[in-house]
Amino acid sequence: MTDNSLAIRKFSDLANPTRFLALAARLLPWLVGATALFFAAGLYLAFTTEGDYQQGETVRIMYIHVPAAWLSMMCYTIMALSALGTLVWRHPLADLSAKAAAPIGAAFTLMALITGSLWGKPMWGTWWVWDARLTSVFVLFLMYLGLIALNRAIDDPGKAAKVCAILILIGFVNIPIIKFSVEWWNTLHQPASVVRLDGPTIDPEFLRPLLVMAIAYTLLFFTLHIAAMRNEIWRRRVMALRRQAARSIGREA
Amino acid sequence: MSGHFAYVAASYAAAAMLILALIGWVFMDGRGRQKELKALEDAGIRRRSQAGRPS
Repeated sequence: MTDNSLAIRKFSDLANPTRFLALAARLLPWLVGATALFFAAGLYLAFTTEGDYQQGETVRIMYIHVPAAWLSMMCYTIMALSALGTLVWRHPLADLSAKAAAPIGAAFTLMALITGSLWGKPMWGTWWVWDARLTSVFVLFLMYLGLIALNRAIDDPGKAAKVCAILILIGFVNIPIIKFSVEWWNTLHQPASVVRLDGPTIDPEFLRPLLVMAIAYTLLFFTLHIAAMRNEIWRRRVMALRRQAARSIGREA
Repeated sequence: MSGHFAYVAASYAAAAMLILALIGWVFMDGRGRQKELKALEDAGIRRRSQAGRPS
């Protein structure tokens, strides 16, 4: 029996790019709306809650710095899962997912570095130190750039996917290093105060806007990721159609 | 407002610029690819799975 319907009933149905496009078209307007709502609420909270008794106004940088840093690691984790999807299950969308996520991850990492630097100057007295946390995040940024460059340097998408997937998995070792760098080494950067085994040690006054902004950033990430994956499917269709057109001209001649 | 307001403003401006650039890039990339697909379709080139279907 052949099933030609475009309905998605199980996870493996997503392997069909046409089904994915239909799902993306249905999901994206909702995701865009939810992202805008959460950003509006997050920004409102970020500027209406009190400043810190020691840090003053600069505590507001936390609401854009911490979610960006979380997202930079989540994005790489999603790329690592996609890399497994490419190498182990040969899922046709896994490679699109990894390729589409890389520039988004690079942007979030750069955002964490810039806002961190702008927070470091007034609070630490320096824009930058080569401590374990800052250096490992900088290495993550370089890895994103390297993966983008490598993917674009190889013309054959199948080959590029395999090579990049291997490199993504090797680079994943950096993620636990980033997370635990503040515990393993003496760093100027403070240790975790939200995601820790004994619960958050941060005051609810600051935790609320932080969590709303974190949801907003996560929604933004998935909106952009799905849209970028859709762009990639279109790009490959254009390539395939051009090749098909060139072949048919060759036959006619 | 304390004297550190410039750092807060610069952080939010940098984050906003990066996010807007990212959204703009994804949006323009999508529009460009859709235009290319439309041009190919107008030229009568279609995916094999849709070759037999009326437009």
